[in-house]
Amino acid sequence: MKSLGSIRRSFAPWNDPAAKAGVVFDRVTKNFGQFAAVDDFSLTIYEREFFALLGASGCGKTTLLRILAGFETPTSGKVLLDGQDLADIPPYRRPVNMMFQSYALFPHMTVERNIAFGLRQDRMAKSEIADRVGQMLKLVKLEAFAKRKPHQLSGGQRQRVALARAVAKRPKVLLLDEPLGALDRKLREETQFELMDLQQELGLTFIVVTHDQEEAMTMADRIAVMESGKLIQVATPVEVYEAPNSRFVADFIGNVNLFEGEVTEVLPEAVDLFGPDGFPIRAECASPPQKGSRAWFAVRPEKIRLSRTPPSEPLNAAQGEIWDIAYVGDMTLFNIRLDNGRLVKTETINAVRTSSEPFGYEERVWLSFAPDAGVLLEG
Amino acid sequence: MQGFLSLLGRRLVIIVPYLWLIVFFLVPFVIVFKISLSQTAIRMPPYVPVFDGTATWAKLRQLSFDNYLWLTGDALYAKAYLTSLGVAAVSTALTFCIGYPLAYGMARAPRSLRPTLLMLVILPFWTSFLIRVYAWIGILKPEGLLSQLLIWAGLIHEPLHILNTYVAVYIGIVYSYLPFMVLPIYAGLEKMDPSLIEAAEDLGCPPAAAFWKVTFPLSLPSVIAGSFLVFIPAVGEFVIPDLLGGSSTLMIGKTLWNEFFANRDWPIASAVAVVLLVILVIPIVIFQHTQARAEERSR
Repeated sequence: MKSLGSIRRSFAPWNDPAAKAGVVFDRVTKNFGQFAAVDDFSLTIYEREFFALLGASGCGKTTLLRILAGFETPTSGKVLLDGQDLADIPPYRRPVNMMFQSYALFPHMTVERNIAFGLRQDRMAKSEIADRVGQMLKLVKLEAFAKRKPHQLSGGQRQRVALARAVAKRPKVLLLDEPLGALDRKLREETQFELMDLQQELGLTFIVVTHDQEEAMTMADRIAVMESGKLIQVATPVEVYEAPNSRFVADFIGNVNLFEGEVTEVLPEAVDLFGPDGFPIRAECASPPQKGSRAWFAVRPEKIRLSRTPPSEPLNAAQGEIWDIAYVGDMTLFNIRLDNGRLVKTETINAVRTSSEPFGYEERVWLSFAPDAGVLLEG
Repeated sequence: MQGFLSLLGRRLVIIVPYLWLIVFFLVPFVIVFKISLSQTAIRMPPYVPVFDGTATWAKLRQLSFDNYLWLTGDALYAKAYLTSLGVAAVSTALTFCIGYPLAYGMARAPRSLRPTLLMLVILPFWTSFLIRVYAWIGILKPEGLLSQLLIWAGLIHEPLHILNTYVAVYIGIVYSYLPFMVLPIYAGLEKMDPSLIEAAEDLGCPPAAAFWKVTFPLSLPSVIAGSFLVFIPAVGEFVIPDLLGGSSTLMIGKTLWNEFFANRDWPIASAVAVVLLVILVIPIVIFQHTQARAEERSR
């Protein structure tokens, strides 16, 4: 198979005003009694996009998927697919298929019959069904298991049957509810790439719901971060990680150090902050906030330098004591305790096998970071 | 030592149910079987004992299958067996027709309501079975509640003559055994993953088709369980045909009762009981087989 890199790199319909919208959520709200599972949610997902809805459990991401599949009716708002309002279309007539978190394979049917189930509903010709089922089995590499029942398969095989069954009807949009949640770590990582290849090969729109940020970052073209039924940020994995729009997103995706402070000086495209951590911070930003306002400079651990000697620049540098060390193989994670008691996370990459002078517990060290190493957040 | 004790403990735990079965099922059965091979006599107890500890050749020669031959000789017995099987089969089918929708409704009811509904199904057991069957006499007799109600409503002009017919027997059996059909089906439907139905709908099945293609086939093991729980006791049922069926209905349970208490022919009564048991063992074996298969499937 040819590399998909070039296709993926150039794929950015969200920046193209002429791009055709696939799925549109237009101010969708879903209430269960007093509780708003989805709250005034608007989002456009483009054709052939691999889209991830990311959030903690109970944030409304699965409800959103179920609204799209037709299992829940929105309390207010509209859902459009290719410009068509889905409101009056029952689940069994929507050109949308879902891969369930529990896989929901029919236990009384063989793998083959499970995959053929949707095709038989469409009254497709017998020979055509057989062909399509064969293709699907080949696609998920389960040709040898066609006659097995689901209980005779491993977890990973069941997951692939569920996937084959969901894509067999060639839906316009494939919905995946925590598709890799039940797999162990190694298998999950392999399957992530398989899913991406499959999506490119079939040319379908994939919408995946996950609580695993790594999974979302690996697979998706864009990620929507949700909290309490609300959309917090929609962006590419790089943007979500490097330019989170709020403290919530910064904290939810990966690890972050939030340095709080009051704006003491406003410069062109940068501000100076001073806060309880007791060292001056210079933070670059496109539109600086007013002098005297509160702001947070969010810096990822890997962007903080750790040294024994004071850095040459006096800005963005603090002294602390090594409090925790966690060696995880490819890197070493540190918690550095500043003089005000605050812990700062940082990490070093273990590029050489044996370091001559590794950092030790309770050692006094310097932390430093560049003014463009993080994002300035006002909320 | 510890291991030996725990092994002994485990053995003991298994022994208890076996002991129970041996004392309360196997031993009585052997006694009944023994009586079925003996001859009637006017004495106490009313048969010639064949074993009394000294199983001599002379005694063994007295053993005979005459009583079983007698059963085949008189068409009455064959008719009673067949009628009983027929009544039990029809009753089972009727219980299924009423019980399945009931169980389905319960399983689809809001979760908070389900314990109450379950309670309502079990509630009749709190009243004696006999009293409940007697109550049906009051309802079904010509001057009973049902006829009065229907005449009052203007639907009929003559009282209904349901009591002492097979209709009354069906009503009695269906009423009495309904919970045995509802409970296993409810349990089966309730534990079914609701996402299976959603998956069927998602793949293009309208709700009715999803029921027939997914829900119903998956509930079949519990339907079979419920059917056996109704069918097996219904075949040997005595109280309901006796109280509601009157003298015009012929069922094997009643025949057995008559042989034993009215004719005091213990050997024939025992032979009737043994044959009934053999007839019922066949469906039980089938049932066990399907259960074992279902269990294997669910693993």
